[in-house]
Amino acid sequence: MIVEGRAWVFGDQINTDVLAPGYALKLPPKELAQHCLESIDPEFAKSVKPGDIVVGGANFGLGSSREQAAISLAALGVGAVLAKSFARIFYRNAINIGLPVVTIDLTDQVAPGDLLKLDLAAGTLTLMKDGQTRELQPMPAHIIDILAAGGLMAQLKRKLAAK
Amino acid sequence: MGQTLTQKIIARACGRETVTSGEIVTVAVDLLMGQDASGPRRWRPLLEELDAQLWDPSKVVIVSDHYVPAVDAQSAEILQISRRFARDYGVKNFFDMQGISHTIMPERGLLRPGMFVAGGDSHTPTAGAFGCYAAGFGATDTTAIAITGETWTTVPETIKVQIDGVLGPQITAKDVMLWLCREMGMENSFKSVEFMGSAVAAMSMSERLVMSNMAAELGAEAGIIAVDEVTIEALKATGGDWAGAEAWVADDDAHYCQTVTLDASTLVPQVAAPHAPENTDEVGQFADVKVDQCYIGACVGAKLEDLQMAASVLRGRRVSPDTRLLVAPATVRVTEQAAADGTLAALTAAGAILLPSGCGACAGMGAGIIAEGEVCLSTTNRNFQGRMGHKDAWVYLASPYTVAASAVTGRITDPRELLSERRDAA
Repeated sequence: MIVEGRAWVFGDQINTDVLAPGYALKLPPKELAQHCLESIDPEFAKSVKPGDIVVGGANFGLGSSREQAAISLAALGVGAVLAKSFARIFYRNAINIGLPVVTIDLTDQVAPGDLLKLDLAAGTLTLMKDGQTRELQPMPAHIIDILAAGGLMAQLKRKLAAK
Repeated sequence: MGQTLTQKIIARACGRETVTSGEIVTVAVDLLMGQDASGPRRWRPLLEELDAQLWDPSKVVIVSDHYVPAVDAQSAEILQISRRFARDYGVKNFFDMQGISHTIMPERGLLRPGMFVAGGDSHTPTAGAFGCYAAGFGATDTTAIAITGETWTTVPETIKVQIDGVLGPQITAKDVMLWLCREMGMENSFKSVEFMGSAVAAMSMSERLVMSNMAAELGAEAGIIAVDEVTIEALKATGGDWAGAEAWVADDDAHYCQTVTLDASTLVPQVAAPHAPENTDEVGQFADVKVDQCYIGACVGAKLEDLQMAASVLRGRRVSPDTRLLVAPATVRVTEQAAADGTLAALTAAGAILLPSGCGACAGMGAGIIAEGEVCLSTTNRNFQGRMGHKDAWVYLASPYTVAASAVTGRITDPRELLSERRDAA
């Protein structure tokens, strides 16, 4: 699985209230996604392109259990979230809907708009501007299985069908 | 090596004697809670697609607390989905507009110490006050649990929070938790917290629920308090199952990854400034902050005892004309009890405006939203940017005493100032 796109760089503690604001939660996913991160970057939802990669600092996704925080990013076409660390519920939610989340600290090395290439199978991240490649921490096998199946529901469907 | 209470509960839930922090296990869930925003509304389409049923309707609790009461057709439809789901899938423990899930579950005796509780809401750790491992999960995780009764978890490391000494007058569990948010930060992800010490032992169940509730703000997956007489009395009072409950305590030689200590006698009222619970300082640092709205609500800050705290400040006083005080009792049962003991009358006589029970303004969904540039001082647990409505509104967090005192003066006020004023008058 390869994700290639421009970096959108955010700081620490990007919380679920800015990813999926409460006042917009009743909206269908594609409309809700237009409000994603608007309180800190009004251009993000308008300009993000499929395959782009969100780069965050510490504790990305803290706050509510609302899965719409991860769904909104995926609905906008975000190909992966790379952050120094993740809040637990957001991390599970992203994996469960098939949005790759990778724990790696890049905020000091990546500028907004830099091209990145994430190769999950090879476990590498390449900064296209200088060709520098970094090895990723290996993911637990059961998380790779969920992502490879296309998310938890796809995996569950397959398991139930096999019974 | 002994086991923490967190490890003991997870070990039981995965059918083992012991577990080791860091290992990934599959657990049987004892109780699944779904609320209207992320529960039936998300579960039903997938259950239908898979032609699946709930694994065990008796282990499922559904609470409509987010979009209540409906303010538009979309909210009404969401509530209708929950009602029809509970009926069609045989969920008896369905609470429709009866209050907030995290207060409903203990109030109706649904928690049993030692349970592994999974809830579709980030404040699910509240149930940890009853010696449960209780954690929040997103909608896809809860859907899978609804079908299979199982989930995976990484056994977390446990942080010990040891609180000894005696809390001063009008200093509460809320002040303790705001202080801990500053001390520990909000990034204790993939960790469990166990609260202990003489100050925790001295807390009522209502105050313990505040401790476990705000483990979520520490970023912890669970916030657990071992079973003692207070737990067992609370179970007896609510018709809960307390057989064997006393077994749910940590081993003396359990291993903790970190220990945080607090001498409760040194604590003063705390206030969290915008836009994070960890931006906490002593109340005196905010004395020049004028408040447009005071809000007493949410799972953490509108239980009967919270309302009684506010009423004790407001009796014989009036809400300042420079602000407004909104009160949303956590459950309808809290409203009944507060009506019976005179608490509600004390609040409304002081000028408080009563709102329906539910997540309300805390989640930016119900009545009590604030405008651009407005300041709200709130008994709620979270003040992220945009949470109570406008992205350029300012939410401060404090205890019910501090919110009530500030409603009287119109600015952020140390409740002990009004206490001494009353003493002076007497």
